[in-house]
Amino acid sequence: MIRYIARRTVQMFVLFIIFLTLTFLLLTALPGDTVKQRFATNPNIPPEAAQLAIERLGLDKPLWEQYTSYMWNFFRGDFGFSFLQYPRPVSEIILERLPRTLVLFLTVLVSYYILGFVAGKFIAWRRGRRGEHAITIGSVFLYTVFYPWFALMLIWFFAFYADVVPINKFLDPQEWVDAPFSSNHVFMVIFGVMLVSGIAALALWIVSRRIRDSDLRRRTVWVGYGALAVVMLWFWYLSDFGSARRLYAGDILHHMILPVVTITLISFAGIMLLTRSSMLETMREDFILTARAKGLAEKTVRDRHAARTALLPVTTSLVIAVATVIDGGIITETVYSWPGMGELLFTSVVGQDTNLAIAAFSFVGVMAMVGHLVVDILYVFLDPRIRVTGE
Amino acid sequence: MTDLLEARPATPVGAKGSLWRIRANLVWAGVTNNWNLFRANRVGIVGLAIILFFALMALIHPVLMSGMRWYSGAALFLLIWPVVAWVVWPLLGRLRHERRVTLPLTVGIAAALLVVTGVTLGGVWDAGTYHPVVGNEANPPVLYRTVVNEVADPATEMSIREALLYSNPDGSPLLLGDVAEIREQPTGPYGRHWLGTDPLGRDILSQLMKGAQGAFLLGMVAALVTVLFATSVGAVAAYLGGWIDSFFMRLADLLLMLPALAIFIVMSSVFRFELWHLAILIGVLSGFGGVAIVLKSQALAVKVKPFIEAARVAGGSTFRVITVHVIPNVMPLSFLYMMFTVTAAIQTEAVLSFLGLLNIDMSWGLMIELARNQGYFLTGMRFWWLVFPAGLCVSLLAAAFFLVGRAMDEVVNPRLRKR
Repeated sequence: MIRYIARRTVQMFVLFIIFLTLTFLLLTALPGDTVKQRFATNPNIPPEAAQLAIERLGLDKPLWEQYTSYMWNFFRGDFGFSFLQYPRPVSEIILERLPRTLVLFLTVLVSYYILGFVAGKFIAWRRGRRGEHAITIGSVFLYTVFYPWFALMLIWFFAFYADVVPINKFLDPQEWVDAPFSSNHVFMVIFGVMLVSGIAALALWIVSRRIRDSDLRRRTVWVGYGALAVVMLWFWYLSDFGSARRLYAGDILHHMILPVVTITLISFAGIMLLTRSSMLETMREDFILTARAKGLAEKTVRDRHAARTALLPVTTSLVIAVATVIDGGIITETVYSWPGMGELLFTSVVGQDTNLAIAAFSFVGVMAMVGHLVVDILYVFLDPRIRVTGE
Repeated sequence: MTDLLEARPATPVGAKGSLWRIRANLVWAGVTNNWNLFRANRVGIVGLAIILFFALMALIHPVLMSGMRWYSGAALFLLIWPVVAWVVWPLLGRLRHERRVTLPLTVGIAAALLVVTGVTLGGVWDAGTYHPVVGNEANPPVLYRTVVNEVADPATEMSIREALLYSNPDGSPLLLGDVAEIREQPTGPYGRHWLGTDPLGRDILSQLMKGAQGAFLLGMVAALVTVLFATSVGAVAAYLGGWIDSFFMRLADLLLMLPALAIFIVMSSVFRFELWHLAILIGVLSGFGGVAIVLKSQALAVKVKPFIEAARVAGGSTFRVITVHVIPNVMPLSFLYMMFTVTAAIQTEAVLSFLGLLNIDMSWGLMIELARNQGYFLTGMRFWWLVFPAGLCVSLLAAAFFLVGRAMDEVVNPRLRKR
């Protein structure tokens, strides 16, 4: 297993260098040079100063030298400066944008996967009853609806017409004028709380599955989630650390509602359809027949025998979704003006901010490749039938 | 004895005549069988109907714009043909056993429809007004709005502030109680423009039809390229195995995981991106990516079948075995993935046009971008003809191809069938 992971890591590294090279060549080949254009069209900069700046940025060197120095700096962790936000280094900008995207999309992923899996489970189990066509057509429409259009309609209805949520952006500047924290600090706090409570909930779920006595199991689950809720309330309302940040976190969460609802609505249908077809295949297996023949309750067969096996492809798609979060983020963050990684990638590419664009794009690539490795490893744990050999 | 000599052995259906005829009959039997399976899925039929509707919309556009009436008629005939099939055919069904009656009758009805539609509808749109990109409605309907203090109904009244923007026909400023005559775009649906006009005075219906053409062109090219690459990659990788297999599979893994939209955005900033560039790029990405993996696993299942072994023993070269025996058996599955590729292609095109990255003159995504850029989305229902039709078209056509794909999935993939 460790040898396999090591081999895959080496493969990934080679792939990444190819990927980075291609990205570099593509983006430096962009028609029109932003920096030169900016200096050329700005009458306040004397030509000597412009020439000096271009030389200092190394833009007059041949492509090969630019490439080698870029690669060398890249692997030392120096991604250069952004051209559009000039004196700021690229790594600072990415570190600033990353938590915003992570908080938004981890919330979304958790909500739509749980919703989609539960809904798909029930629909597959009720196959052939009334309403199946309506549910299928409805979910296919949600799955294939033109996303930006749907998001704009929701903005109009909820943010403009009903006016219950903000229209866009990730915070309300008026409330943050004399805030003692930076927004990123609050994002990190939210992220930490989400991570801790998520791990706690997962642990509770795993523990409760091991309890055979159904009465005890139910009681454990209730007590566990109750305790989690109490801890959350204590953190945000009673502890000094949490209560000082509550209002600001609340503002951010308020801005998150609409994007979360939109993406959940659009994406859960896909997971539901996937779970449904996966369940339908599982339900034809012999062990389901055996479970029924043993006289187990329908609910037990559905939840413990069928759904558990059907979870496999859903898990795969979950990890792929985690890895390609930024891809879907481009549309969401553009429509909702949520200044995260997707929006960064889009604006930097369109604005020809080469350094920033290469760094953002290679970050996306790294996430995709790591995600892929995680899928392969997870498969081994989830499905004992797949064993990784030396090959 | 003569009886015995003359009696031929009972032939199975379609097994008489030349080899080609037998093959054609077999193919036809397969198509009929699959069509019957497909027809059982009502959702798939709905999808097929939607696709047909949009296809006819795309076909009718050049007819309406052209002055040539005979070919107008031919295309319009296509538009009306489903109705004929639906209504007239069952009526004719009673006569069907008498070929002599049915055939002339059908041809007669078709010819009559051809003449009638061609003469009445062909070339009804003049290019100046109805061109989807450069057309302009020169005489929009007049809107009479009274100047009042408190606006109750924005369609018939305007505030005194807004009245500063207009004047009376003689040039004097508008006062309280005056009635302003306003001719402006966008106008809502009326006689000449069934779905109204956009802010530049262009006909929405004409734009939708033009957009449908683009969507079909894009979808078809992307799907064909996908299937071409995916079947050959899948078949070759499965049949040859070894390093070719692992190379293509690693490539597929990589392409599957890469964020496609980010790649398109980078590409569109580097190249002049036109519709067919995008179509080929989508086709290549999905053809070497996810679809190749699925088709390879299908080809692996085909590879171990006895007839492949037989073909090899009989001396078939690798090329021949792959093209004649492996690929045809992978084809049904690849048609299925064609449908899903079309869905993805339509959505990608719309998103890229929506972000303003494509170098095309008209598409559904572009219509939505225009409406959004000029702020019509937040007006809600008031300018519905700018907001709804284009978005619904993208969603419906993408959904239709997806539904057909799902229905085909049940035909191709017996494990999903109900019983």
